Order: sequence, then structure tokens, then C-alpha cells
Amino acid sequence: MDVLVCLKRVPLAGGTLILTPDSRDIETKHLGFGISPHEENAVEAGVQLVEQMGGTLTLLTLGPSDAEEQLRSQLAIGATRAVLIETDGQEWDPQGTAAALVDAINAEETKFDLIIFGAESADSAGYQIHIRVAHALNRPIITNVKSMKVENGVAVCDRVVAAGREHYEVALPAIVTVRDGLNIPRYPSVPGRMQARKKPVDMKKAEARVPKLEKVTLALAPSKAKGAEVLGNGADAVPALVEVLKKIGAF
Amino acid sequence: MILVLVDHDRGELDQLSLRALTAARKLGQDVEAIVIGKEGAALAGIVGEYGAKVLHVATHANLTDYTPMASGRALKDLVEKLKPEAVLAAGSPRGNEQLAHLAAFLDLPMAAECSEITLGSPHHVLRARWAGNLIESANVHADLLIASVLAFSTEPESANGGAATVAEFEPALEPQDYAVKVLSRDAGESKGGVTLVDAKVIVSGGRGVGGPEGFGQIEELASLLGGTVGCSRVVTSSGWRPHAEQVGQTGTKVAPDLYIAAGISGAMQHIAGMKNSKTIVVINTDPEAPILSYADYAIIGDLHQVIPALTSAIRQAKG
Repeated sequence: MDVLVCLKRVPLAGGTLILTPDSRDIETKHLGFGISPHEENAVEAGVQLVEQMGGTLTLLTLGPSDAEEQLRSQLAIGATRAVLIETDGQEWDPQGTAAALVDAINAEETKFDLIIFGAESADSAGYQIHIRVAHALNRPIITNVKSMKVENGVAVCDRVVAAGREHYEVALPAIVTVRDGLNIPRYPSVPGRMQARKKPVDMKKAEARVPKLEKVTLALAPSKAKGAEVLGNGADAVPALVEVLKKIGAF
Repeated sequence: MILVLVDHDRGELDQLSLRALTAARKLGQDVEAIVIGKEGAALAGIVGEYGAKVLHVATHANLTDYTPMASGRALKDLVEKLKPEAVLAAGSPRGNEQLAHLAAFLDLPMAAECSEITLGSPHHVLRARWAGNLIESANVHADLLIASVLAFSTEPESANGGAATVAEFEPALEPQDYAVKVLSRDAGESKGGVTLVDAKVIVSGGRGVGGPEGFGQIEELASLLGGTVGCSRVVTSSGWRPHAEQVGQTGTKVAPDLYIAAGISGAMQHIAGMKNSKTIVVINTDPEAPILSYADYAIIGDLHQVIPALTSAIRQAKG
């Protein structure tokens, strides 16, 4: 079983976002970097599959050379090797990103049985790269997977929707995107970290394309913050709240 | 002409699609709609009321349930026939997914989660990023604009239109388009009552609830107010409540009349999913919790005391 997990380096912005002076990016001078929560679940799923069935787990990312840091920390979880498609640090549009991922996947000797993405990136919210990759590789794709088993060359997946839980089965090779809650991502062990330093990370270059979805600028969303009227402390404030609920017609 | 994908789940209309129809109308062109699967034909009345002249119904023996790649193919077939200027859908997981398949089939750009759309050459959009905390101004370089409409960015407005004319067509599906389809569905995780998206009242619990057993009081209050239970991400990650109840960027985005957040501090991702609620009430021990700045009313205190007191006070007031 050969598994590929696609990752994206994103800043770990906790509270307030600050923009760069040209308003094209988030100011990351004071921020750490990581990957999004869904992607941690994707790596964990890949590690578990390889533990159960043997094979390899490859990580793939497109980003600045610094993204090696994110690859190494996920190699420490138990991935076999990693591939970094190096950009100049500029954000690529979804079509350009998907095309570069597809080229890198096609250049691999391994024909991956399963390719896993996180359900969405923390930062760009484009909702399309995984689907473009599926089309280019002519593979079926199941998104937003919340539980997954692989048996006899078939991925058995559930996704959770408003109306309940939907069951899907798809023959490999396939692509899935996974959500947090799929599993509990493990922490890297000390030996895992030591090994990760020596694991291969292949650096590749790809030519940036002229973006068709062209970012012009970013702006901070107008805050909807209203500032709450504090009705009081503890159960003593309940009568005031009951009045408010009556006023808005809640009962 | 603007073509709007109106999503439905086994014939049940996706309410966000009415907002997408409204947003489409504001572009000042004729609006036509497409539904996938013959059950969607029953929506001709409401789709017409919201301004679509024609409802194109993609029918095919293999379009029996949600099959997003097949939706993409059906959209592609119709787009090639009708040549609209834009294809819009609701910025929901399903809306985005089906549009992305269309964009992939046509190898065209797609702009997700748009709060503003201006047709032109290039097209221009404002779109939400970072869980709605950033707005990207972007140009879309393509004749056909493919864009999803950010949830709750447009209020649904009836156009008082008559029923749309139903036009059935059969898309030329390939077997791989329906290789992934729902095999079965169980409602195990939802209680068959009001879903989050449709609820007028949501009572949500977070880390402060302390464990699965603490949700009994949340459920009681929700049912007393005729609403439903929501929760934050930590609650579903800890397995206290099903994922179907998770409110936020990675769960369900909601905008009920009343949202009560108990023991939720208010991570960016949670706020993204509930900040459009009409009235927000927060019950939290921490007066500095970020969620307070988005609330209309707050009680500073322990939900384990406030909620039972609130429940009995409402019971009393109701007589």
C-alpha cells in the first residue's frame, strides 16, 4: 500500500491577523508555521495504513523552501519520505498549484494507491485543488471523510452531513479528503524526530504560471464585534436574560 | 444569463441556494437554475419565486443521489449548450464541491466563498478567506465566471416570480462520474429533528460543558426553546457530541434568530460559523473570552448554574 499525503505550510494565526504593508499577505514575522488540523489527520491516517499493510507513505507540498520544516515534523510521525515543490514564496492560484502537484505525482515512480488531502486549507479556502488533481489523474475522489477503512483494495468511507452519516466505497487507486475527528494524530517520538532528520526530502522546482484567479489585495474583514451587554453574574442574571428572550420573541 | 446550481438533498431544497439565486439576480441579467436529479423538478415553484425563469433538470438513471462529479458533468454539458456568463452556487461544502468539478472539467478558474461579484473582463470578486477574517479582492480571468456565494452574505429576497419552466435534459455521464456515490445513509447522528441549518434557535456548548453528560442541560434548554443543540470543535474532537452538531468553519455555518453559546471561548473558526446569528447570547465564566465581543448579551458565570436556572425560569414564564 503506497500512500501520498498532500500538505500545506500555513501560518499559525491565533487571534488577530495583521497584513503586510502591501496588503497582499498576512504578516508572519511574529507567527509560527504549521499545517492545518485536517492535514494532521491525513498524515496519521497514512501512517496507520502503512503500519497495518506495509508499503510507503510519501508527503508532498508546494511552498517556500522553509516548508521543509513542516515536512520534517510530519516525517517524524512516521512518513517514509517527502517531496517539496519549491516556489518563490508567492501564493500560487489553485490551478497552478494543482498542475504542479499533478506533475510531481506523475514524476514519481510509485503509483500511489491512495492520495489523501486535508478537507480544506486554513488560509485560502479555495475548495478545489483536490478535485482538480483527481480529474487530472482520472481518479475517483471522496471528500470530507470522517472515518475510513481500506480492505481488499477498496476504501470504505463515511462522511457526516446534516442529515446523518453517508457511506461510500471506492476501489483504489483513489483520492480522499479527510476531516479532523478521523483519528487522533500522534505526537512525534524522540526517535521519530531523530530519524526524520535523515529521511529524504526531494526538492523540485516548478515554473509559476500566470494566475487565472488573481489575488489583488487582502483586507481585514470588518469586525462584526458588537461588544456584549453584560446582564450580570451567574444565576442572578437569569431574570434579565429571560426578559431579553421574551423581548426577541424566543418563547 | 446567469446559471445557478440549486442544491437539494433528495428533493429537499438547500436554503442557501435561495441566497445564491438572490445574488445572481443582483447581477442584472436573466437567471436560470439547474438541479441535479429528477426529484429537483419539484422545486420549480420556489426557484421561480426567487427569480429563475427556467429550471433545467438533469435527469439520468445514475443521478439518484449526491454524486458530485456527475453534477460537474451535468453542469458542463449545460454550460456548453447555454453559454451563460456565470455559474453560481451556494458556498456550502456541496455547492463548492460541485462547482469545483465543473471548473476541473472545463479547466477554468473558480472563486469560492464570494461576498461580492462584478461581471466584466476580467470578472472581479471579493471572497472570504481565513475563516472569514480576511477578504480577498481578486480578478478572475476567464469568459465564464464560476463562483460560489459566501453563506449568509446575501439575504434571500423573493422576486415574486411564477413557477420556473421545467426543462429536462440528460447529461452525457461517463461511468467514472458516478463511481463515487452514496451507498447508504443513516440518520444515527442526527435526532431526526431540526437540523442546525434550519434551526431558529441553537444552544451550543463548548469545552466549558465539561463532558458528554453535561449536554443533558443544553439539550433541555434547546428543546424548551424549540431549537437544537450545537457545539464547538473541541467537543466533537473529544467525542462528546456528533460532528453533525459542530458549528463553525469546519462544521456547519449557521445564522439562527437566537444563538446561545455556553462555555465556548470563541476560536476564530467557531465565530466564523455563527457570527451572522441575529441575537447572540453568551454564558461564560471568562469576561475576556473572545466570543463576548461578538455577543449581544452575556452572563458571566458558570453554565452549570446559569443554564438550569434559565431553564426553570423559562418554564415558569411559559406557565
